[in-house]
Order: sequence, then C-alpha cells, then structure tokens
Amino acid sequence: MDAVDPIVLARIQFAANITFHILFPTISIGLGWFLLFFKMRFVATKNAFWMDAYQFWIKIFALTFALGVVSGITMSFQFGTNWPGFMNTVGNIAGPLLAYEVLTAFFLEATMLGIMLFGRGRVSERVHTLATFLVAAGTTASAFWILALNSWMHTPAGFEMIDGKAHVTNWLAVIFNPSFPYRITHMLLASGLTVAFLLAGISAYRWLKKDQSQEVMTTIRAALLVAATLIPIQIIVGDLHGLNTLKHQPAKIAAMEGIWETQQGAPAVLIALPDAKTQSNQFEIAIPKLASFYLTHDWQGELKGIKSFPDQHPPVAPVFFAFRLMVGVGLLMLAVSWLAAWQIYRKKNLTHVTAKMLLAMTFSGWLALIAGWYVTEIGRQPWLVYNVLTTAQAASQVPASHIALTLGLYLSLYAVLLIAYVSVIFHLAKKATQKNHPAAQILEQTLPEVRHV
Amino acid sequence: MSEFGIDLLSQAGWLPLVFALIMALAILAYVILDGYDLGVGILLRQAEDLSQKNTMIASISPFWDANETWLVLGIGILLVAFPFAHGVILGALYLPVALMLIALTLRGVAFDFRVKAKAHHQPLWDQVFYVGSLLASWSQGFMLGQFITGFREATSSYLFSALIGFSLIAGYRLLAAGWLIMKTEGALQLKAVTWAKNSLWLTAAGVLAISLATPWVSSRIFDKWFSFPNVLMLLPIPVMTLVLFGVIARSLARLPVRFAQNNQYGASVPFACTVGIFLLSFYGLAYSIFPWLVIDRMTIWQAASAPEALLVIFYGAAIVLPVIIGYTVFAYRVFWGKATKLSY
Ligand code: HDD
Ligand code: HEM
Ligand code: HEM
Repeated sequence: MDAVDPIVLARIQFAANITFHILFPTISIGLGWFLLFFKMRFVATKNAFWMDAYQFWIKIFALTFALGVVSGITMSFQFGTNWPGFMNTVGNIAGPLLAYEVLTAFFLEATMLGIMLFGRGRVSERVHTLATFLVAAGTTASAFWILALNSWMHTPAGFEMIDGKAHVTNWLAVIFNPSFPYRITHMLLASGLTVAFLLAGISAYRWLKKDQSQEVMTTIRAALLVAATLIPIQIIVGDLHGLNTLKHQPAKIAAMEGIWETQQGAPAVLIALPDAKTQSNQFEIAIPKLASFYLTHDWQGELKGIKSFPDQHPPVAPVFFAFRLMVGVGLLMLAVSWLAAWQIYRKKNLTHVTAKMLLAMTFSGWLALIAGWYVTEIGRQPWLVYNVLTTAQAASQVPASHIALTLGLYLSLYAVLLIAYVSVIFHLAKKATQKNHPAAQILEQTLPEVRHV
Repeated sequence: MSEFGIDLLSQAGWLPLVFALIMALAILAYVILDGYDLGVGILLRQAEDLSQKNTMIASISPFWDANETWLVLGIGILLVAFPFAHGVILGALYLPVALMLIALTLRGVAFDFRVKAKAHHQPLWDQVFYVGSLLASWSQGFMLGQFITGFREATSSYLFSALIGFSLIAGYRLLAAGWLIMKTEGALQLKAVTWAKNSLWLTAAGVLAISLATPWVSSRIFDKWFSFPNVLMLLPIPVMTLVLFGVIARSLARLPVRFAQNNQYGASVPFACTVGIFLLSFYGLAYSIFPWLVIDRMTIWQAASAPEALLVIFYGAAIVLPVIIGYTVFAYRVFWGKATKLSY
C-alpha cells in the first residue's frame, strides 16, 4: 500500500464525499423555496393542482433531504479525519463558522422538517407554512455559513498569523471576504437553476407520458419562468466572479483560460488539449484578443500566463475542461429554457422535441454544478487556504490502507444510492402520471397500496 | 482543579469546562434520542407484518433527522473546541467511525426509499434499514469501549469493545421497546413488552461491564471511586441504577394485564426508567473520566483551542441553544400521543 500516497487518497476521498454531498443540498435549497411557493399559491387560490404539485415534489424533497443529511454527517467527520492540519492552523476561523452553521441552520431545518413533512393536519395551515418557510430558510442559511468558510479559504481576510495560527482581527471581514458575495450568489443561482431544470425535466417526462394535467403544465410553466430568468443572471454573475478571481487568484484564471505565456491581447481559447509536459496547448482553436477583452475590458489588456507561476499553479487540464463544461451547460440552458419558455407562454404548449430536450436536461444542473466546484477547488491548488496553508501541510497521518478501504466502500455505496435516487424519482413520476391518466386508474387500484410513512 | 494547575476564573480555565459540558450533553442527547430510533430499526425485523413495521417507522419518522443533528453538534464541538483531541480520537477510531457513517447512511436513506421505491423493493429497503441500525449501534458501542480502554491496541481491549457493542445494541433495543410501548397500541404494544423483557438483562450486563472495566483501566479512576469518602457519596449511582432496573422489570410484568383492560396507565414507565439508566450510566462514566478527553493522556484544557474562538461560539450557543431546545419540545408536542399513520 506504501506505493500510494496517503495524501492523494485523502484528497480523492474528500472530493468524492463532498461531490456526493453537494448534489443533494443543491436540490434541497432550491426545492424548499419552490415548495413554499406551491403551498402559498394553494392557500391563496384553493386550486387543487397546486396541492398536487406540492404533494408530488415534497416526496422528492424528503428523499433529497435525507440523502443530504446522511452525506453531510459524513462530511462533518471527514473534515477532522482527513485534514487535521486545517483545524490546527485556521481552527479559530473555521471553528466558529462551522459551529454557527450547526446552531443556526442544521437544528432548525432538521426539526422543522418533521413538521413540514408530517405535520399537516396536526398544526394549523399557517404554522405548517411557517415550518416550510423555516426549512427553506435553514437550508439557505447553511449555504451562507459554509460558503463564507469556503470563500474565506479562497480569499482569506480579516485575520493575522501569530505563531503559525490564524487569529481573527475582524469577523465581518472574515465572513464578507472579497469572493464571498460572488460565490454565494453564483451558488444560490446554481441551486435555483438545478431545481428548475429538474422540475421541468420530470414534468416533461410526465407530459411525454400523456399526463398534461394542470398540475404538470403549471409546474412546467413555473420552472421554465425561473430557469429563463435565472440563467442570464447566472452568466453575468459568473463573468463578475471571474473578474474577482483574476484579482485574487490569477493562476486559476490562467488555467481556466488555458493561457501559458503572459501576453497582451490574449486570445479566448475555445477548445484545446493543454499539455503539462510541453507547457503549451495542442489542437488549439482560439479567438484572438477576446480573453483580454472580457477579463480586462481592454483588447490589449495583459493576462498572466501559467508559466509566470512556477510551482504555484494548479494542474491545468482538469480546470480548463471543467470550466468549459460548466459554461457549455450554461449556454445550453440559456438556449433550451428560452425556447421552451417562448413555446409555453406564446403557443400555450410544448412541442414533442422541446419536451424531449427538457427531459434530457433533467440533471444538467448537477453537471454544471460539479464542474464549477472542480474549477474552483482544483484551481486553488496547491493551496488549501490561499497563500496561508497548502493542502499537503494539512493532511493527516491515517495509513493509506485505511483510507483506500473506506474510499472503496464509500464509492460503491454512493454509486448504488445515486442509481436508486434517480430511478425512484422517475418511478414516482410514473406513478403520479398513472393516477392522473384515466386509463391507468383501474391498474392503480389493483396495485398494492404503498403508504407514505 | 488545582491538581491540573488550572485557574478556573481565567477564560482559558472555564471555557473548556463549559464546552466539555455542552459536548457531553450533546452526546448524551444523541445517545438517548437516536438511541430509541436506532433501536426501532433493530426491532423492525421482529415485527409481525407490514402494518406493524409501518407503525414502528411512523413513530420515529418526524424525529430521526433532528436526533442525528445532536451527533453533528457533539462532533462539531470536539472538532472546534478540542481540535487536538479530535485528531487523536478520530484517528484511533478511523475504521469504526467509517463503519458507523456507512451504516447511518444506509439507515437514513432506507427511511425514504422503503415507501417510495417500487413495491417489491420494499422488503429489501427494510432489510437495509435493519442492518444499518444494527451496525451503527454496534460501532458506537465499540467506540465507547475503545474510548474507555484509552485506545489501547490490545486484543483484550478489542474484545471488550466488541462486547460493549453488543450491550449497546441491547440498550438501544430496550430504549426502543420502551418508546414503542409508549407510542403504540394493541398487538404491537404487547410485542414491545416482550422485546423490552429480553433486552433487559443484556443491558444490565453491559452497564455492569463498563462499571467494572473503567476503574480497572486506570488506577486514577479506581482511586476516585474507591477512596473514602467518595465511595459513600457515589454509592447512590449504582443503587439508583439497580432500583430502576427493578422498576422496569416490575412494570413489564404488570403492563400486559393493564393493557388487556384497556388501561394505558404507566405505559411510559419503561421508557422513562431506561432514560434514567442511560443518564446515570453517563453521569458515572463522565465522573470517572473527567477531566480527561483521552484517558491519562490529554485533559480538556490541553486539548482546547484558543479562548477567543471559544468565546465567539459561547455567545452564539448561549443564545441559540435555548431556542433549539424550545422548538424541539414544540416538535415533540406536535407528534405527542400514539403514533398514527403519517402522510405528506
Ligand atoms: C451550498 C450548500 C452546502 C455546502 C457547500 C455544504 N453543505 Fe452540508 N448541507 C447543506 C448545504 C451545504 C444543506 C442544504 O443545509 C443540507 C443538505 C441536506 C439538506 O438538505 O441540508 C446539508 C446537510 C449537512 C449536514 C447534516 C445536517 C443535519 O443533520 O441536518 C452536515 C453535518 C453537513 N451538511 C456538513 C457539511 C460540511 C462539513 C460541508 C463542507 C465541507 C458541507 N456540508 C458542504
Ligand atoms: C460543495 C461543493 C464542493 C465540491 C464539489 C468540492 C470539490 C472539491 C474537490 C474536487 C477537491 C479536490 C481538489 C484537489 O485535490 O485537486 C476539494 C478539495 C477541498 N475542498 Fe472542496 N468542494 C466543495 C466545497 C467545499 C467546501 C464548502 C469546503 C469548506 C468549507 C471545501 C473544502 C475543501 C478542502 C478542505 C479540500 C481539501 C484539499 C484538497 O483535497 O485538495 N470544499 N473540494
Ligand atoms: C455560463 C456562464 C458561466 C460563467 C461565466 C461562470 C463562471 C464561473 C467562474 C469564473 C467560476 C470560478 C470561480 C472561482 O474562481 O473560484 C465558477 C464557479 C462555479 N460555477 Fe459557474 N459560471 C457559469 C455558469 C454556471 C452554471 C450554469 C452553473 C450551475 C448551474 C454554475 C455553477 C458554478 C459553481 C457551483 C461554481 C463553484 C462555486 C463558486 O465558486 O461559486 N456556473 N463559475
């Protein structure tokens, strides 16, 4: 086992766990607000289809939340076991932020969840709506705290180092560090988009199965309105986020853009194969001067290349490709959501082809989300806390064989759960469709009753 | 605390003490709260039919998530307030912790999958629920055993820890049986009485084993318990524990007769007394170990992080913890009484 570096294994394990975790919070955060909206529309209009939509999506919410919680509990252990050097160096900052997340967010959302899921009929409609609101607010609050910490790791501020330990000088500067406003906005928008495409995709699936009930059509309309509104904002925020990164982490931008040499009038590389050995791109297709223009707002602006950060830059290829994947999905989202929104608001219905496109994009949010996090996190290497602590310094002494064993177990578990999650969502959609589809109702009665406990 | 050279009036003196207390209470809350729902998972396999299973799970569904959050708080405080002990403890427990996390994951997702997956997959998810609950409980007991024996890498201490794992299963089973006696009716309630009866003795054996082992591990703990006049002041702990076991045994013998007469009087006695046993055992253990976080190696003061960070968390916790307890009580009141079929 000695052949394998425990640090590499610890990094893979941490990355695998957080990647699995983030899939579910992203949906919980956005879906919580959608559910609140469905609920409030129902209370205001008394139209049954709002309740139908609520009751369909709350099942998926409960499932998502459960997966988020259990994978989150794993995360809270991972922090200490994989990165002891992290807490020893910046514990004075990370500690309180994590503690506030537990105290203000986790307990709130976890306790109110019980009332939100099972409390209708036991508490008044108003208290139930309040509980739904508190769950949504709790998930958003937890994003606030954890992203404050994560942003601080990218752009540390408001502290001083004494004897190799970070001590806080100004808490507001720690929390509202330079990249935080961009990161939290970009992440919350990502959550909204992921959920909007999930809603649209699953509803399109039901639509294709001939379920064009008011419930389905209303959900599609709401989801497409949200998607078509958020995606242009997301693109603008993403651009601003990039400008902020250029200021604080120029090496990351160089890797994202695939620019090796420092130059004026740098080209926008559309596609290429970055080669770490020769320190250059192969098969490059680029638009001259464009990168300088959108990053410095000057066609002749200077951009630093990777070669000007010897031994202090991230691996280029993964950052470069992940960035293109994210932006590519973002542009696809723009095209599909505007086309579908135009159809449904002007022509009052979807075409078959558009419905299929929406179905294909059901989990596109996940793709962009993970790609985005990989850009951010790999792009920060070799630093764990930028210019303060390297990843290698923070690693633990746990034997490689232990990490490898548990890594294998986690990965198999996650694969199974992911398959189960996706297939159960489609299974629920099919069942709901059969209920709305008259011909299927006879079949429904012959099926064994499955209770939602 | 003069023997450790600690000035309790200084921030570096009292803050670690307060955080040790909050951590202990969080772990205690976790053990009791998640204990009963893990126990229900362990008992699930012995239910007679699907309807009993559904009722059992309905009795814990609204709570399990919040119950687990106490674990997050406990571990969070260990990480945040005692970072130096965190590394040592979780490093030594790396594999059992991983086992527990995987088991808790399986258990937590099975809650939802069992009713949402295709009908013919339900028995499979029930099985996952059972196995997850069982392994999570066992690994927690195993960790407790390792903690008590000071993480010694000896076969005897592994054997001892494995044994504690089984007694914790029995303890959670007892807790869950008490919970079900309180929260259910009819055939299931009677069944729960039987389950409680056959968990009682193994639980008692576990409590006894821990009580005997702890002084044996460290001479310092031995002296604490068996020197005069401590022994007189501490005597009430084992005596009260014994009395509680007796009360449970008597109550279990009487309850079926009352239930047959449609009389629910005393249905919460087994649960309440089991909680009492957990409280007393925990108190005894805490008394033995205090102020060590790693027995004879690291005290809470040696492990604590800087007072400035602790103070920031202290203010937050002082404001927020009462609120948390308030809405937790509210949530339990919403679902008070016998468990009924739940729907969204
Ligand atoms: C942007 C959001 C976000 C990010 C980046 C993270 N989390 Fe998370 N986490 C949430 C958003 C969230 C959430 C939305 O609040 C959850 C997911 C499940 C749920 O729906 O609540 C949650 C649940 C959750 C739980 C269970 C809480 C409970 O018992 O209810 C823990 C312990 C963690 N997380 C810990 C972490 C750690 C240690 C992270 C980083 C390394 C992390 N999370 C990243
Ligand atoms: C939520 C989405 C996130 C994803 C998908 C993600 C992904 C990753 C990936 C892929 C790595 C490995 C990078 C490498 O080793 O090259 C990593 C590292 C790391 N990230 Fe994140 N991350 C996320 C959020 C966070 C947050 C919120 C924090 C802390 C508050 C965090 C802290 C860390 C730490 C401590 C490392 C270890 C350093 C390392 O492995 O290189 N991450 N993350
Ligand atoms: C299409 C235009 C987009 C642009 C220009 C853009 C830009 C960026 C940039 C520059 C970063 C890196 C931040 C850093 O330097 O650390 C980033 C990260 C990220 N992106 Fe995007 N993005 C776009 C679309 C999307 C979409 C559609 C999603 C998801 C639905 C998304 C999700 C994320 C996430 C989750 C991160 C990591 C978290 C963060 O740093 O905020 N992005 N994005």
